[in-house]
Amino acid sequence: MTDQAYNFAYLDEQTKRMIRRAILKGVAIPGYQVPFASREMPMPYGWGTGGVQVSAAVLTPDDTLKVIDQGADDTTNAVSIRSFFERTAGVATTTATRAATVIQTRHRIPEEPLTEGQILVYQVPIPEPLRFLEPRESETRKMHSLEEYGLMHVKLYEDISRHGHIATSYAYPVKVEGRYVMDPSPIPKFDNPKLSGTPAIQLFGAGREQRIYALPPYTQAVSLDFDDHPFTPSKADHPCGLCAATESYLDEVITDDQGGRMFVCSDTDYCTARQAAGHKGKDAA
Amino acid sequence: MTPLLSVQGITKHYGAHIGCADVSFDLYPGEVMGIVGESGSGKSTLLNCMAGHLAPDAGRVVFDTRKPSEGDAADHENHGPRDTVTMSEPERRMLSRTDWAFVHQHARDGLRMGVSAGGNVGERLMAVGARNYASIRDQATDWLGRVEIDAGRIDDRPTTFSGGMQQRLQIARNLVTGPRLVFMDEPTGGLDVSVQARLLDLLRGLVRDMGLSAIIVTHDLAVVRLLADRIMVMKSGRVVESGLTDQVLDDPQHAYSQLLVSSVLQV
Ligand SMILES: Nc1ncnc2c1ncn2[C@@H]1O[C@H](COP(=O)(O)OP(=O)(O)OP(=O)(O)O)[C@@H](O)[C@H]1O
Ligand SMILES: [Mg+2]
Ligand SMILES: [Zn+2]
Repeated sequence: MTDQAYNFAYLDEQTKRMIRRAILKGVAIPGYQVPFASREMPMPYGWGTGGVQVSAAVLTPDDTLKVIDQGADDTTNAVSIRSFFERTAGVATTTATRAATVIQTRHRIPEEPLTEGQILVYQVPIPEPLRFLEPRESETRKMHSLEEYGLMHVKLYEDISRHGHIATSYAYPVKVEGRYVMDPSPIPKFDNPKLSGTPAIQLFGAGREQRIYALPPYTQAVSLDFDDHPFTPSKADHPCGLCAATESYLDEVITDDQGGRMFVCSDTDYCTARQAAGHKGKDAA
Repeated sequence: MTPLLSVQGITKHYGAHIGCADVSFDLYPGEVMGIVGESGSGKSTLLNCMAGHLAPDAGRVVFDTRKPSEGDAADHENHGPRDTVTMSEPERRMLSRTDWAFVHQHARDGLRMGVSAGGNVGERLMAVGARNYASIRDQATDWLGRVEIDAGRIDDRPTTFSGGMQQRLQIARNLVTGPRLVFMDEPTGGLDVSVQARLLDLLRGLVRDMGLSAIIVTHDLAVVRLLADRIMVMKSGRVVESGLTDQVLDDPQHAYSQLLVSSVLQV
């Protein structure tokens, strides 16, 4: 049942039009951060209000929505955003990646390859990849417009000089179609290759920072690196304890208070589907 | 010979107030020009107008741009003397990280304090496309040596360096890409006298070895005596006297220069 006190998907039509214009501009200039007038949402900023506003602007009554947080459909954050849209838009929801038309995510890209027609909406805390070394917004904007990206490599240089390798493992910067350098939000670098060339539309919303950016389908996104320190999408070197997958991104979970631990897929839908299909890891009951 | 830099009628006002007015001079390759004058005489304003940090109200700053090397992506037609005031901002910013360098009085204005010494020196290399970590590091190590900073400090942040070391690091960071023209605003200001002397020796060596052209703004006549081939004396935004350093300092013609040299003026 849609809550009749709200417009469809909570935001009024004028606001959604404004956000859609920002999205269209983002799609037209892949990787470019488009400013938009972020609205107050009935949830705190840390909860992905940027992603929620983008989702609200693209959802139609026929859509099927999936919401994940670190790969899981059942965290408090994911559950509350999903129920928010059930309540305000009355859309169908799912946990199956394949069945979803719109997927809002925090910190992961689903394991199952996305397809044409799907929209992946990322919640973004800090959209500016140059921020950590150049705090002045006026200067970072100029750096983007003039393609002055030497500073990104200074960050990677610092990583190697300190750790012997590029230690950045989340929010690993990419160059989009040879032009804009973009922060892919705090997804693990393991997911970076999936950003590139995907048939789905990828939209990024930063609520507090009031920025939207996008990767249209089949857009190239190259992870920055050095010739002698090439980018490597690493993950824990284990199979999943529950479904035995060897190709998925794993979380380490504590299983008891005796220090027991196991590695399981962070993508709960992927893991569950594999178990249902008969795959069994060494820790499965 | 074509001047490396030809400054023509540079004028800058701050509202109704004069910053500098109608300054012209030519700087030839390998030459060091000193700009002296009391506080508020317009030295920094002039320097910042020349270096592209401030937009002058009038005048031209014509720089003899390098012919791009074969296969370089740069424009192959547009080299030779160019007015940097009217050139596009991307071109000017490219100049300021390749052929130009700027040494600030306060090292913290010219360094990234949150980045290691090696990263500070490597930044300009990476900005012009260096993508081999080992070679960037080798060049950074080499440059730390040239400015007398122990190679063992390469991964330390400048916040852990003394004032003199910070200033030397700033110089290394600026010279690593082999610029042809260096702008310096009071490079020895704020340092202890003994530290100043060492920095001056170092600068003099680098200028000679690299055949650098430089424009140095300073209060300190000892600095220009040591480094500058020619000097300009500024007062109230205008150049009142210019000439060979020794001539101007030993036999000043303008009354104001005479005061300056005789140290009657506390500059
Ligand atoms: N941003 C500004 N706004 C207004 N007036 C300024 C500004 N900067 C400089 N001025 C004025 O312009 C004149 C020249 O200043 P400038 O800083 O160029 O002098 P200077 O010779 O470098 O002095 P100092 O030796 O103290 O560094 C001074 O009268 C100064 O007060
Ligand atoms: Mg000054
Ligand atoms: Zn699994």
